[in-house]
Amino acid sequence: MAARVGVVTFPGSLDDRDAARALRIAGAIPVALWHGDADLRGVDAVVLPGGFSYGDYLRCGAIARFAPIMSELVPAARSGRLPVLGICNGFQILCESHLLPGALTRNSSRHFICRDQLLRVESTATAWTGDYHTGQEILIPLKSGEGSYVADPATLDELERDGRVVARYAGAAPNGAQRDIAGITNEHGNVVGLMPHPEHAVEALTGPSVDGLGFFTSLLAHLAAGPVPAAATAR
Amino acid sequence: MPEAPQLDTVAKAAGSPDSPQPFAELGMKDDEYARVREILGRRPTSAELAIYSVMWSEHCSYKSSKVHLRQFAEKAPRNDALLVGMGENAGVVDVGDGYAVTFKIESHNHPSYVEPHQGAATGVGGIVRDILTMGARPVAVMDALRFGPLDAPDTRRVLPGVVSGISFYGNCLGLPNIGGELGFDSGYIGNPLVNALCVGVLRHEDIKLAQAPGPGNKVVLFGATTGPDGIGGASVLASATFDEESHAKRPSVQVGDPFLEKLLIECSLELFAADLVVGIQDLGAAGVSCATTELAAGGTGGMRIELDRVPLRDSRLTPEEILMSESQERMMAIVSPDKLSAFMDVCAKWDIVATVIGEVTDVTPEEAERGGRLVMTWHGETVVDMPPRTASDEGPVYERPIARPSDQDALQADTPDQLPRPANDAELRAQLLRVLAAPGIADPSWVTRQYDRYVLGNTVLATPHDGGMVRITDDGERGVALATDGNGRYTRLDPYTGTQLALAEAYRNVAATGARPHAVTNCLNFGSPEDPGVMWQFAEATRGLADGCRELGTPVTGGNVSFYNQTGSTAINPTPVIGVLGVIGDVRDRLTSAFPADIDDARLYLLGTTRDELGGSAWADVVHGHLGGLPPAVDLTAEAALGRVLSAGASLNVLAAAHDLSDGGLAIALAESALRGGVGCTVDLTGDPFVALFSESAARVIVAVAPTADAAFQETCDRHAVTATRIGSIGGDALRVRHATGGFEIPLTELRTAYESTLPSVLDGE
Amino acid sequence: MARVVVDVMLKPEILDPQGQAIVGACDRLGFKGVAQVRQGKRFEVEVDGEVDDAKLADVRRLAETLLANPVIEDFELRVE
Repeated sequence: MAARVGVVTFPGSLDDRDAARALRIAGAIPVALWHGDADLRGVDAVVLPGGFSYGDYLRCGAIARFAPIMSELVPAARSGRLPVLGICNGFQILCESHLLPGALTRNSSRHFICRDQLLRVESTATAWTGDYHTGQEILIPLKSGEGSYVADPATLDELERDGRVVARYAGAAPNGAQRDIAGITNEHGNVVGLMPHPEHAVEALTGPSVDGLGFFTSLLAHLAAGPVPAAATAR
Repeated sequence: MPEAPQLDTVAKAAGSPDSPQPFAELGMKDDEYARVREILGRRPTSAELAIYSVMWSEHCSYKSSKVHLRQFAEKAPRNDALLVGMGENAGVVDVGDGYAVTFKIESHNHPSYVEPHQGAATGVGGIVRDILTMGARPVAVMDALRFGPLDAPDTRRVLPGVVSGISFYGNCLGLPNIGGELGFDSGYIGNPLVNALCVGVLRHEDIKLAQAPGPGNKVVLFGATTGPDGIGGASVLASATFDEESHAKRPSVQVGDPFLEKLLIECSLELFAADLVVGIQDLGAAGVSCATTELAAGGTGGMRIELDRVPLRDSRLTPEEILMSESQERMMAIVSPDKLSAFMDVCAKWDIVATVIGEVTDVTPEEAERGGRLVMTWHGETVVDMPPRTASDEGPVYERPIARPSDQDALQADTPDQLPRPANDAELRAQLLRVLAAPGIADPSWVTRQYDRYVLGNTVLATPHDGGMVRITDDGERGVALATDGNGRYTRLDPYTGTQLALAEAYRNVAATGARPHAVTNCLNFGSPEDPGVMWQFAEATRGLADGCRELGTPVTGGNVSFYNQTGSTAINPTPVIGVLGVIGDVRDRLTSAFPADIDDARLYLLGTTRDELGGSAWADVVHGHLGGLPPAVDLTAEAALGRVLSAGASLNVLAAAHDLSDGGLAIALAESALRGGVGCTVDLTGDPFVALFSESAARVIVAVAPTADAAFQETCDRHAVTATRIGSIGGDALRVRHATGGFEIPLTELRTAYESTLPSVLDGE
Repeated sequence: MARVVVDVMLKPEILDPQGQAIVGACDRLGFKGVAQVRQGKRFEVEVDGEVDDAKLADVRRLAETLLANPVIEDFELRVE
């Protein structure tokens, strides 16, 4: 029985179809979830896709955080039970929901940046990165206007110490992110936020590589390994 | 609260025939105003005058261009693929398997000069709604942009604003930006050209038209509320008719809300899928005036509207202001009464405000004869009672005076032959780098990096390749390719030939992706039609395009005319921008312009013939600041043959790369392909190396061929009678040029620095 | 109707590229001596009736949970 993975559509979500396609290519069954329904439909994991939820008019992700679906998602994610991957706007929503520390702010260049970005995988002890090896370099698209990760020094130190930096920009961060951070995870390793878009690097024809597929195959391996989250020992 | 202005009703208009009206301030001529009075048999009300003045404006009525645009239909090649032709919001082309695509390019030049960010943003929004209105899901956008010189102070205001507007709106809509153009010329100071193209995909059976059949059907306005955006004319009307001081000057900048447009797209597609609309029209220029008159004219001819039901953002708006408002993100649908509640439910799901503002009515045979009957009321009083067809279809048509400009002969006589040419290899090398670094040829990444090219996951090719290409379904192989081209310098020298060159280049760009060119759209950017010299340019350009399309077998499916692009009496170089759409059966066959780094000893061929043609060239412009002589000759038979070789070569897998030759000739094509592939090349030139490198002869491409594919490649060229000249090999880390008496070489790192530094050095920090 | 104004500013330690760009523009436009600009947001919250302590506390909660992100932003309230 293939894993059922939810993809949440908020008003203004844009990469929801792409996330569903990536999951399908990886071998999962994507399940469309609607922001207005407080119902996760029994999915095994959830992707919060990229886009501009609610126009991102107040702050990126600030309004999506209060959507009915989040009332179901937040407790399940916080407990370490439900694997959640937030991509770009999804990462912003995870930070606004306090499932992940810190925040995403405007790129230091002030401009939207769309480019093929080399990342270094820093942690494989998450539900979404087990198929990579530490230090592996992957090429996936970055496309965002407010992708600069910030947190206070104590939080940054804690993330580094606990191995919760999932990926860094190789070379200097193009958006000014602190300590070149491109992605982080929570203490259980089930919730991952990532600024670049792995779902756009799953087919050689339409992406710069197929390096992004690993996020989705990692999840399937993680789910197949059993109900206990990989890094749940920290509880 | 200001005092409510007096309402001008039909009854009042009938009783006060001599009341003065500000038709001249609204841009109407004496005879046009007289004709309105004749149609109505009385003076128009303020609301009617608002409708006629916007509908008969150049922008909406094409009154100066119509007589010339007719050729596109009259000379159109027979093409069974054309499902909907000119005249609708956009043409629709069959691409096989029951799928069709619709595409169109449109200008937003003047608004982008006034407020670059919002002007460009709303330009994207408008063209996307045109595509949506045909029943299609928009799947990609492109932009053809032209500015004053890169280092001009105003360019540093306009360019970053335009780019941020396109980026903001397009990215937020979730449409990949797959290519376009970036050009610079002093003529565009004060007249930037912002031409936006959108392409959408639909099933044949889903085509929607702007019509309002069926008496009793409801007229529903949905999307944004109506505010004072874009009202220039209405404030004239209001202030001149009523108290000068009572109306604050309304802002005329339209403000776009891409988030709302995204919801409007999803909502509309859901409405279409559930078959809940019988007719639809987007609200662009001329807003409610245009939508109501066109829908009514396309249907029974009868419609009744209660204008006071239009949801307002500013409750002080008058009927005429509502009629002229260009508030963005609005649509008008015709809905049968039994489907109204389902229609409203879909709108509610997407948080879209929808309001019934009227209904389709029957007309008597006499009314039909007059052009139908559109009645609008304002709180029960009749403010409009007119035949809608007289506004939408029967506007004035002008045969403007035409005169070949007096300086045309002198311009053509001033050939580039007398310009000093590089005397030695060092000068050749230096001039190659100079042309490569020139704005308009140099790397446009500063611009294109601000656009999302990946969203929707179907982008197969995007900038910097010759054309953009998207897969039309998530799981199929079929795709469409698009390119736009225009060269104001060529067109200035010879508008007929220049326009055909733009067509030929766009055609060649599409062919160089491996797709087969299918159909054409155009955005004709010119100066004032009241200038006989400009009108001559326009007449020549349209004749050239119509003749060229007939010869290539690619019909014009629609387009847009932008006149009055001039500062004082100085017009821009005439700039027809031509978009070509092509179809590819299997997107995996697509060709890129990057030299292959992974094929040992790949061979480099030049297809086509090089002549000494430097009139209007990038070399003459960049090195000598010269514009004169004649542009390169056009050979559309050769272009078509070249297209067949490229499409056959792609599907047979005999080509490893293809890149068209245009601005800067072979020199720039080699440099670009080398930089994109990250691998150099060595070329051996015969004849004058300067001409070989910098001539801009048309109907040429370079291709890379693997040694194993060489025989099949030669056979393909022979079959289509295209000359292939082996000019060198791919490999190494430099561009090496050899000729009979010497040669030079430029390391890729040096090429890259020249190519990539230009835009950032001026624009970073803006 | 009474109005509570909420001013939201990025915390001093958070990079404000927009503010920096404005400083650059000041210089080019000839406004000399502009040392720093920080860009913020102003919210005008209209409430029914008078603003009493309870209402003000409500708006403060609104600011904390929605209008500002305390991770990167500070805010101030005042009644107008």
